[in-house]
This record gives sequence, C-alpha cells and structure tokens, in this order.
Amino acid sequence: MKNLLLSTAIVAATALPGFAQEYTPDPNAQPGGMITVTYKDDVATLDPAIGYDWQNWSMIKSLFDGLMDYVPGTTELRPGLASSYEISDDGTVFTFTLRDGVLFHNGRAMTAQDVKYSLDRVTDPETQSPGAGFFASIAGYDAVTNGEADSLAGVEVVDDMTVRITLSRPDATFLHVMALNFASIVPKEAVDEFGTDFGKNPVGTGAFKLGEWTIGQRLVFEKNADYWRDGVPYLDGVTFEVGQEPIVALLRLQQGEVDVPGDGIPPAKFQEVMSDPAQAARVVEGGQLHTGYITLNVGMAPLDQLPVREAINMAINKERITQIINGRAIPATQPLPPTMPGYTDGFEGYAFDVAAAQAKLAEAGLADGFTTELYVMNTDPNPRIAQAIQQDLKAIGVEVEIRSLAQANVIEAGGAGQAPMIWSGGMAWIADFPDPSNFYGPILGCAGAGEGGWNWSKFCNEDIDAMAIAADSMTDPAAPERLEMWSDVYMQVMEQAPWVPVFNEQRYTMKSERMGGDDALYVDPVSIPVNYDYVYVTE
Amino acid sequence: MAGYLLRRLIQSTLILLGVSFVTFLLLYVLPADPVRQIAGRSATAQTVENIRAQLGLDQPMLVQYGRYLAGLVQGDMGRSYLQKTEVATLIAARLPASLLLMAGGIACELLIGLTLGIVAAVFRGRPLDQGLMVVSFVAVSAPQFVVGLLLLYVFAVQLGWFPIGGYGTAAHLVLPALTLGIMGSGWYSRMMRSSMVEVLRQDYIRTARAKGLGRARVLIRHALPNAILPIIAMIGIDIGIFIGGIVVVESVFGWPGIGQLAWQAIQRVDIPIIMGVTMVSATAIVLGNLLADLITPLIDPRIKLR
Repeated sequence: MKNLLLSTAIVAATALPGFAQEYTPDPNAQPGGMITVTYKDDVATLDPAIGYDWQNWSMIKSLFDGLMDYVPGTTELRPGLASSYEISDDGTVFTFTLRDGVLFHNGRAMTAQDVKYSLDRVTDPETQSPGAGFFASIAGYDAVTNGEADSLAGVEVVDDMTVRITLSRPDATFLHVMALNFASIVPKEAVDEFGTDFGKNPVGTGAFKLGEWTIGQRLVFEKNADYWRDGVPYLDGVTFEVGQEPIVALLRLQQGEVDVPGDGIPPAKFQEVMSDPAQAARVVEGGQLHTGYITLNVGMAPLDQLPVREAINMAINKERITQIINGRAIPATQPLPPTMPGYTDGFEGYAFDVAAAQAKLAEAGLADGFTTELYVMNTDPNPRIAQAIQQDLKAIGVEVEIRSLAQANVIEAGGAGQAPMIWSGGMAWIADFPDPSNFYGPILGCAGAGEGGWNWSKFCNEDIDAMAIAADSMTDPAAPERLEMWSDVYMQVMEQAPWVPVFNEQRYTMKSERMGGDDALYVDPVSIPVNYDYVYVTE
Repeated sequence: MAGYLLRRLIQSTLILLGVSFVTFLLLYVLPADPVRQIAGRSATAQTVENIRAQLGLDQPMLVQYGRYLAGLVQGDMGRSYLQKTEVATLIAARLPASLLLMAGGIACELLIGLTLGIVAAVFRGRPLDQGLMVVSFVAVSAPQFVVGLLLLYVFAVQLGWFPIGGYGTAAHLVLPALTLGIMGSGWYSRMMRSSMVEVLRQDYIRTARAKGLGRARVLIRHALPNAILPIIAMIGIDIGIFIGGIVVVESVFGWPGIGQLAWQAIQRVDIPIIMGVTMVSATAIVLGNLLADLITPLIDPRIKLR
C-alpha cells in the first residue's frame, strides 16, 4: 500500500509555487486516436453542479476544472485553475491566484468573476445541487440556503485574477472541496443561454469538450486544443456508448470494439476473465475509497445494547462474504478503507469468533437470541450477501428476516430510522474526496443522525463529534496530528460498534490491448473509473 | 360509425385519466423520497425542505395531481428531477427507436408465428405439428433476457453476422426485433393453428376443394383470410405486452428507447419521467386497441361497429 499521507504537497499557511508532485507526462505517450468507453446507464447530466453518478463523475472531470485538482492516479492535491494560493494563519481565509490565459470552450478567458459566479450558483437553492452541502463552511452559506442572500458573502473578487474565500470556521477539507466536481468553474453566459439544459450543453475549461450527444446512445468528447495544461490530453477524443449491459460490453471488448467497459467486469464473467492469462493481463487492480458495512441501529432494542452490537460484529464471517463477490474485496476492520489517509494500521477489529459472540449475547441477557430485520438493496450480489449474514447470525441464535427492496426504499427506511440493520451494498459509501472526514459527518456523525439523514445507525456521540470538529479545524489536511486524531475518531467509533465494517471493494478495470498509460490511471482514486486526460493509445 | 368513434374516444380518455391517477397515487404512497435522491447524501434539512417546496412536493397529493394534469393537457410533462431536461424532449428523443423496435418485433412475430401456425394446421396431428407446438411452447416460455443474450452470442459474437448491440442500421434491428418477436410468435403460432384448423373444417373449404381448386389456392385465398381475423385484434393488445418486453430487450441490446429511460427513472424515483413514459405507453396501448377494433370490420364485413 502506498503511503499517501506523508507525501502530500500541501504546506500550511503558504502554498509554494511549482508544486513538487506535478505529474510528469509519460515519455512513451503518443498523441492522437479515439477510444470507446461503454456504460450501462445513460448520462443524466454533465452539469458539474448536478452530476453525481458513477458514469458522469469522470466525464465532468474531463470537461471542467476547479481551482484545485489531484495529481493523476493519486490522492495528492495539486492546484488546478489556481496557480497558487495562500491560507491565513487561522485557516479561515483562502486567497487563490488564478492561472493566466485559461479559456472556456467558448473562447472567453476565465476570470475571478467566474469563480464567484460558479460558487454562488452551486450553493443557490434554485440550482438544487446535491453537492451544495460541501460548501457549508464558506461564510454566508446559511444566508444563501435560507434565501436571505443571493450571493456568498465569503467569496470576494479581489481583482480579475484573485479570489478571496473566507470561511465561517476552519475547515481542513476545504482544498479537497475546491477540487470536487461541484466546485468546477462555469461561464455565466453559457449557463444563462441554456438554462436548465446546461447539463446537456456543457461549457467548461477542461481537457475535452462535448462534440456530440445523441441522447440514450452516445456522447463524443473532442480534444480541447487550447487546453491550459501543456501536452495533454493525448487522445483526440473519447466516444462513450451508453445503454450497454456490462456482459455485452465485455463481449465487445473481446472483439476489439470497446477499449474500456466503464462498469467493469460482470460478476458472472470474472472467474473466466481472470483465469485466461491473456485477458487477466489487461485487468488493472487497485484500491478504492469504499467500505461495505452493516449498520446497527443504536436506537432500536436490542441493538441499543453494546454487547449485542459487539456480538454481531464477532459473528460475521467476512472472509466468506468476500468470496461471494469472487474475492474482489478485502475484509474490513474499521470504517476507513486502507488507502485512505488516517487508516489505522494494525487494528484487528472484531475477530470472527462464534463462541465469543454467544458469550456477548449472554452478557446482554439474550443467550437465546432474538429476531430482527436486515434491509438490503435488491440487486445482485446484495441479496446473496444478506443471506450469508443471515446464516452467520443464525449460528449465534439471532433470527434475521431479510427485507430486499429497491435502492430508494432502503435509503428511505434507513433515513427514517426504521431499519434495525442495513447492508450498505449498492448504496455504500464511496468517498467524495480522499480525506478521512468524508467517512464521518453524514454517515457516523450527529449531523446525519436526524430524520432522513444517511447515518442509518442513528449513532450520535457528542464527544466523538467534538473530536471530529477539532480535527477539521486544523489548517493542513495532511498534518500527521490531524490524521492521528481522525484515526482516534474511528477507533472510538469502533468501540461503540454502530457498524459491522465488512469489506473494502477492490476495483478491477479492464482495458483493450492498445490502451497505454500508467496502471494507476485506470484505477484513479478520484477520476473513477479512468482518468481520460492522461491515457493514450499505442497503435 | 361516427357515434361509435366518439364513444370510444371518450372511453379512451377516461382510461388514460384513470391510469394517470392510479400511477400518480402509487408513486405518491411509495416509501421512497425523490427529494433525497436530488438533494444528495450531505444535504441539510433546510436544503431538503427548499427542494421539496420548489418542486411543490410539500403540497397535498390532489393538488400535486391537479397541477400535473393541468400541465399534461397543455402538453407539458414537466422536467426530470435529476436530468433537469424536459420529459417531452427525453421521450421524443427515444420514442422513434422504441416504435421501430416494436414494429420490427410485430413483423417478426407475425412472420414466424403465422407461418408456423399454418404449417402446423396443415399437418395437424402429425409429428411435424407436434414438434412445432413444442417449439412454440419453448418460445413462449423462454425469458427474453436469456433469448437476447443467446442470439447475441451465436449470431453476433460467434458468427459475426450482426453487430453486437447498438442502434443505427437495419442490421442492428434484426436481433432485438427477433428477441422481442420470438415470445409472441409462439403464441401466434398456437392461435393461428387452432383458428386455421377450425376454418379448414368449414363447409366452404370442402366446397372449394370439391370444385377442383388446388390445395395451396384454397389455403391462401379461402382459409387464410378467415383464419387470420381473430389474430388481427390481438395485435392491438400485443402492444401492451411489447411495452413490457422492450424494457428488457432494450437493456440487453443497448437499444436507445423509452424502456431504458423508464428503468433508470424507476431506480432513481424520477417521478416526471416515470409518469411521462407511463402516459405515452398507456396512450399507445389504448390507440392500439382502438385501431384493432376499427380495422376488424374492414376485413370482415360481417362485423359492424355500433
């Protein structure tokens, strides 16, 4: 495992010009060529304020840029449309200097007014952005949300090339937030022209621009010849074909018609592909900022008793569950995935031990077990995983009734606090940005524990919340002391056992023979599934 | 005739009204909140309430339904919650593909079904007849997902005769239309066989044979038009079954029709799209039935519409 936390380029207080970890272009890369990528689901929108799907996330990354960005294939921050920035000593004022000569796809130069406009737009309630909440630390956010102001008071245009952003509280994750798709810079005139159809007519500053979009069939991205980063993209364009079943996409890849099946290798074909050396050689495996977990509702008896939650943690055979998904995961011990900064190395978690689990149940006065419900999303392999959980718990006398429902219904039951247990598969947390805080607030913190929130355990511990806030009040997201604090947060969470962390899914991206570029680009932790800007073709 | 047509049109409108109300009601009581899907995972309660109010989802169900209906009669199907695009635009972009697929499916099922049915009727009681009826039984029962993948694997991957999914040329249409048509063809072959067997027993067939006409001529000129009559009415009803089938077939073959649109909208509780696709499909079914009823008297003068 790479040690991502210590190699970071962020320096508190002042940012150094010319970041050390800039990406070195691949000397073997040849410019030119088109590739074909398939997805099953249609692309709903390419509006960076709205798009929040598997398939449009990396597409939007290639069409738009934000002030911050990541070194390709890594979780290291680097400046994007900002050439440099300064952070005040108290960590609440960020001054960004913009890059010169950045052009939108419509030919106009980007300025500080565009930054202000874009942040106002994404937080405007009218925009209905699913990412608005990420900007809550900017001063004036609440006023905009309540409709008392039209514009964020904390975002000021100093001059054409300088933007000053004031936070209402220190927020160590703020630079990550500025690298989110939701923080992409958009030109006002294009948004005004297309209105709510901007998502079908995107105009950004990114490495590619939208060439053609035939709804329900294909999107064609064309190389942006005026892109502000030198030398990239290598490809002349990318054709995305949508509506393709993963199994059909795999057949087409084998025929040489597809370069990257965006939804990965279908489970039914995984063994077959991996046992054929020629095909397996074209599969790139990598970590993913993902944890699959079972939530245990601390507000419902008998799960409100700690020994019961510990018993359930000990009763689950995680190894066996990973086998259900062809071993495409590693058993988890804690909420954070191993590739996330702040992960606690060496923590064993609750070991699989049926006898100890039974002893814990007896301690809670439930030696004869009890009956409960497990909610699960109704698409494969989740019901099968639920059955494995059911069998594991039956061994300690807990009778589980499985409620297999559509995704939206499970989310509703979880939010309402009606579900004693939920298997997170299909709805599981994949990090929005590579920072440990992203696994806490909405899913384990008090903020998400209210009616409708994503904290389905309804776990709310004021002391742990206070620690999380303290960790996020530091200015440097990668400071070792901060990561230490986050590690403590998750260790204390595990002592209370509101979750059973089950596994961390690995990513397996398959590519055609002609695809070139670092393997890391095909399992990019941020541009999921592939970083289109940096891959190339070798023929 | 005019009175009949008017009555049927009023009936059809009432049916569509009923469909819209029931669908709207079902989506309303569904234990899934579309606002959660829009607002995202880290939304505050305030944001959720803002969006709910903007979409009018905080209003009572009947008010929401009234608004939807008022828009609908003016041709406004609303905007998708998640795509933000007008539902009418999304459906219009995909409807031609679905109609083409349905037309191809109907052509396949009639061609295969009627041919097999006639052959079986002519050879009734013999091994060929029994064999064909087993085939039709398999065709009716085979899941379309499996049939589609099987056809794709054999004819597109192994033999390379057709493209592996996609849309655009006549070659793209063959396998999806066949997949869609195979189920119906089994059904039609059975109906055609029994209808044909019955007609072949009629006195006028014996008369025709007795006056020296050839077997083929009797079959095509005298028996077929009479036997096919009950089948025509079925095509209208078929449209309803097809709309169920296209969801699966479009998904297997990557066919850009409304079935895919509906499926994805259902996953994400995108109510305006679900409503829109439902209304368009219901209209197609109602019109299909109406057309079938109107065509029948043209073929059989004994039937009069009153």
